[in-house]
Amino acid sequence: MDSQPFLAKTFPPLLVLRSPSVPPFFFFKSQLQAHFHLLDPLDSSEPTHSFLSRHAPSVLALLCVGATPISSETLSLLPSLKLVVASSAGFDHIDLQECRRRGITVTTAGQAFSEDVADFAVGLLIDVLRRMSAGDRYVRSGSWVTKGEYPLGAKLSGKRIGIVGLGRIGSEVAKRLVAFGCSIAYCSRKEKPLVPYAYHSTVDELAKKSDALILCSSLTKETHHMIDHGVMEALGKEGVIVNVGRGGLVDEKELVKFLVQGQIGGAGLDVYEDEPLVPQELFAMENVVLAPHASVYTPESSTALQELVIGNLKAFFSNEPLLSAAQLE
Amino acid sequence: MESIGVLMACPMNSYLEQQLEKRFKLYRFWTVPDKSSFLASHKDSIQAVVGNAGAGADAELIEALPKLEIVASFSVGLDKIDLAKCKEKGIRVTNTPDVLTEDVADLAIGLMLAVLRKLCESDRYVRSGKWKRGDYVLTTKFTGKKVGIIGLGRIGMAIAKRAEAFSCPISYYSRTEKPEIKYKYYPSVVELAAHCDILVVACPLTKETHHIINREVIDAMGPKGVLINIGRGPHVDEPELVSALVERRLGGAGLDVFENEPYVPEELFGLDNVVLLPHVGSGTVETRQAMADLVIGNLEAHFQKKPLLTPVV
Repeated sequence: MDSQPFLAKTFPPLLVLRSPSVPPFFFFKSQLQAHFHLLDPLDSSEPTHSFLSRHAPSVLALLCVGATPISSETLSLLPSLKLVVASSAGFDHIDLQECRRRGITVTTAGQAFSEDVADFAVGLLIDVLRRMSAGDRYVRSGSWVTKGEYPLGAKLSGKRIGIVGLGRIGSEVAKRLVAFGCSIAYCSRKEKPLVPYAYHSTVDELAKKSDALILCSSLTKETHHMIDHGVMEALGKEGVIVNVGRGGLVDEKELVKFLVQGQIGGAGLDVYEDEPLVPQELFAMENVVLAPHASVYTPESSTALQELVIGNLKAFFSNEPLLSAAQLE
Repeated sequence: MESIGVLMACPMNSYLEQQLEKRFKLYRFWTVPDKSSFLASHKDSIQAVVGNAGAGADAELIEALPKLEIVASFSVGLDKIDLAKCKEKGIRVTNTPDVLTEDVADLAIGLMLAVLRKLCESDRYVRSGKWKRGDYVLTTKFTGKKVGIIGLGRIGMAIAKRAEAFSCPISYYSRTEKPEIKYKYYPSVVELAAHCDILVVACPLTKETHHIINREVIDAMGPKGVLINIGRGPHVDEPELVSALVERRLGGAGLDVFENEPYVPEELFGLDNVVLLPHVGSGTVETRQAMADLVIGNLEAHFQKKPLLTPVV
């Protein structure tokens, strides 16, 4: 269904805000153009500030592409705004406080990514413990022939897993690891009553009782650097950290120190404090697995995201219930 | 028992070596300059052989050791032991089942995730320093993929249980259908291959299962199919597999075993859709220790005339 310029003007207007460096995965332009009249400052030669001011009166909905920051300053240029549609798993880049103050609804990526991120987290955990990436390097470099048997890894089955943040992604991770005979415990802002896993009120307590921590929580002021020196000490020398949340959840400098000094067992990281920069000390380590913020990149997640984003927008413009409105506290 | 001669076929585990040395007269076969003259001069002192996945007790070795009473394998696989010959001569055989089931199953799932989501490739990419903002590569979702298992024994069942937690529909091929199992049965490997996304080899290596993954099976798997081998290298016709991968007639492979370890076909080194591991299926500190304890336990039981812990023959 090609949108002709004539028809496009009758589609609801949708402001699109995107940083040029956000992967195209998060911006499905032709699918959106089939339903909405896109207002994209990057397609205009006009400076963003004046583009926004000019279109402001008609902008009720805004699509935030990927991790493009939506600040209170931007929001202040859009007095008619009622809806922000997020298109990434996290929304720490959106000023949620300001949205709440203004009565602007924010929709999330819902379940679109949960399975893929959970799969990735489990994959990273197995990789760190069983040295898959390191073993693969060993074979490809010819070392199996010249150096002999590869050093032993650590068993996963039966280990104690601590899930930090038992939201949609954390729950999917837990469900998978139960099948490996792992015991699951978690920490979260609030205890979840109907959940069969042990609850700990602090990350330190959780770390003390875990062999591995899987970070699945969102990044907020409260969770920033929650994995700090104390938590890493509590986790111990054999402990493993897997991070599929946000780089900011971890005191990265401290983690590097712990790894370099052998004070922690290993780490599987998909996110970093200052992407795409990754601490170079990690490149030489066999007990570390590094991924380029890739946990959501499958065709299925892409389709699910598109359906959810378009579904939320169509519901909004038809005055129907939204599919994945966030509870802004 | 210090006078009982135990021949260790190859290096496999230093803890096991230490323990064998403490209890028995240990001969390290790989340190011997001339194997046949060693066997000739020691044939009356060796009562036990300890083997593993790489080296065991073939007919020739068994014939050369007239006092051989027991072969204890540091593995669950028995393909390196001439079982018929052992039966014929009344030689006991033990292996290390159960203790390694979980590790092997964990690795099978790990390989599936690593191949489909390109974990090792991603790691290589980040370490190369080439990661720029906005880079991304679509990989294949694992959850929900159809997993076909060849051999539904202890390891096959453990793989199935784990894959089910990822909502993977499970199907299998086995010598006989298991009516009490709820998974879908296919009466041939080719049919199984045609109806699954990921095919896992989890059966023992025997004459019948040698090259069970051949050209016909690879064709049935198709260009999106992924093969996972945590069994034995000779389960797969390796040259056929290599050409299928290089020519992109097969989607990918996660391989822990090869026909001629430690040699791995170099054509695979340049591919981004394969994961190659140096036979680490049971390679964890915990499991190798448990395996070593089973080997020692079986040997002690035998020489103390007590029931064997994990007898096969």
